[in-house]
Amino acid sequence: MSPPLLEVHGASKVFRLEDREVPALLDVSFDVREGECLAIVGESGAGKTTVANLILGVYPPTDGTILMHGEPLPARRRREHRRAIQLVQQNPLSTLNPKRTVGASLRLALDVHRIGERRERPEIVATLLEEVGLPGDFARRYPAALSGGQRQRVAVARALACRSELVVLDEPTSSLDVLVQARVLRLLEELKPRRGLTYLFITHDLSVVRNFADRVAVFEKGRLLEIGVTEALFAEPEHPYTRRLISAVPVVSREEELVRDRLAEGGLNA
Amino acid sequence: MIVPTLDIRDLRLGFRTYEAYVEVLHGISLNIAPGERVALVGESGSGKSVTARIVLGLLQLLRSARISGSVVFEGRDLDRLSARERQRLRGTRMTMVFQDPTSSLNPVYRIGTQFHEVLRRTEPRINEHAARERAAQMLLEVSIDDPDRVFESYPFQLSGGMNQRVMIAMALANEPALLIADEPGTALDVTVQAQTLKLMRELVEHHHTSVLFISHNLGVVREFADRVYVIYKGRIVEQGPCASVFERPGHAYTRALMAAVPRITGGGLPDIGDEPRDFSQPLVVHESGGYA
Repeated sequence: MSPPLLEVHGASKVFRLEDREVPALLDVSFDVREGECLAIVGESGAGKTTVANLILGVYPPTDGTILMHGEPLPARRRREHRRAIQLVQQNPLSTLNPKRTVGASLRLALDVHRIGERRERPEIVATLLEEVGLPGDFARRYPAALSGGQRQRVAVARALACRSELVVLDEPTSSLDVLVQARVLRLLEELKPRRGLTYLFITHDLSVVRNFADRVAVFEKGRLLEIGVTEALFAEPEHPYTRRLISAVPVVSREEELVRDRLAEGGLNA
Repeated sequence: MIVPTLDIRDLRLGFRTYEAYVEVLHGISLNIAPGERVALVGESGSGKSVTARIVLGLLQLLRSARISGSVVFEGRDLDRLSARERQRLRGTRMTMVFQDPTSSLNPVYRIGTQFHEVLRRTEPRINEHAARERAAQMLLEVSIDDPDRVFESYPFQLSGGMNQRVMIAMALANEPALLIADEPGTALDVTVQAQTLKLMRELVEHHHTSVLFISHNLGVVREFADRVYVIYKGRIVEQGPCASVFERPGHAYTRALMAAVPRITGGGLPDIGDEPRDFSQPLVVHESGGYA
């Protein structure tokens, strides 16, 4: 088993509003190991996005600590931390600046994090596009002239540009058509070992998780209910909520339906 | 012979723009029998939603739209009806449920007021008391057992799942012949979506309502529909009973779609290659599907 890249210890997050307090995350502990893909699954209000924001340093936890390579991550992140942890969001149209060309968006990441020599950077941009399967002349295009799948590839390229270690993938394929989703997922799967990446994959789609994640953490209402190796969790889901989630998955074949219904009742070996 | 609830034949739709004429539907034929649940499944841009908008008579109002072919609803050719007559069908004989329930309800009126308005479409003189009673009955059918609280609420005070159920209750309140559901529940959580679909399925079965179910999600279609039409770039490429199409997809495009869906049984990510393939193969029809 590889060593942990990121450790979350007893993290809680309470949002204080004018008249009340909203607990979004309650005493959550888990780790993300080097080179793995850990899926965070749950429904709205589960705390998935709060987990992502804590890790990205959008806001600090109310309680608890987050370690990276065994060192605590400070509330105010240094440039080095911001570089190492990158985010790919659900809707790339809202995360790519519409007035910047694809090339300029990628170049900005290189400039900010001082990656490569100044004159090498155009070439790095071209290599990045190639890595995510886009033609080099896309550098001159604007996001509006790209399809959903192409935009998501650009978002991935930007995360790669920073030579990141951990990529937080927040519903990266939920807004894509199924054929496009399959290609983007495959790209992500290939990039992980090639670039030595670790993924934190936030999603509600259990069918994708089953085939993409190494481990799964199930969240409900700010609590971590269950965490385990994907194969094991999908053979013997322990928590009733996990079973309920699995029972709600729409499937496309009779074979899947049988497996799903057996999982919903307790497990394949039950 | 039974009159189909909806019979679309060789429907074409194009838009005239400054530069050119763009055709987006290239001759679609589709029919729905009374009480039948039919799905139209395809990717974004395939022409699913515009088909629904033509059935509702909404695209006809757009001056740049060029529509040909026939849409016959309960034996009446929509083309021969005036805009006013078509307007009278909407919300009464044919109703619609949209993807995002919270934004399809009016944010500044309470649910009770909106429900009253819905019921007035068929019964203009219905008073508030009678409307409440009728609406409460409908809400009970969608498993909302505290109708009074819901009537007093604004949409933002209810959860997405609750709003969706209210929408379904409203859509079925006037006993329509056809319910058009455009990606219902896509905006909801998975468990809520599953419950909503189950509920909707039971209700339309009970009321014997025909449904045109529009979706990009193959799994959801399989759970809900009796028969399915697969649409690709403005053409129907395959049609038949759900069981048969899902067990033995015949068209290259349907097969590619099926292959691209990750399975809950595992087996790794689907490998579908990088190049978009040629799906211009002719229509595949599974037998015993509907009637001509």
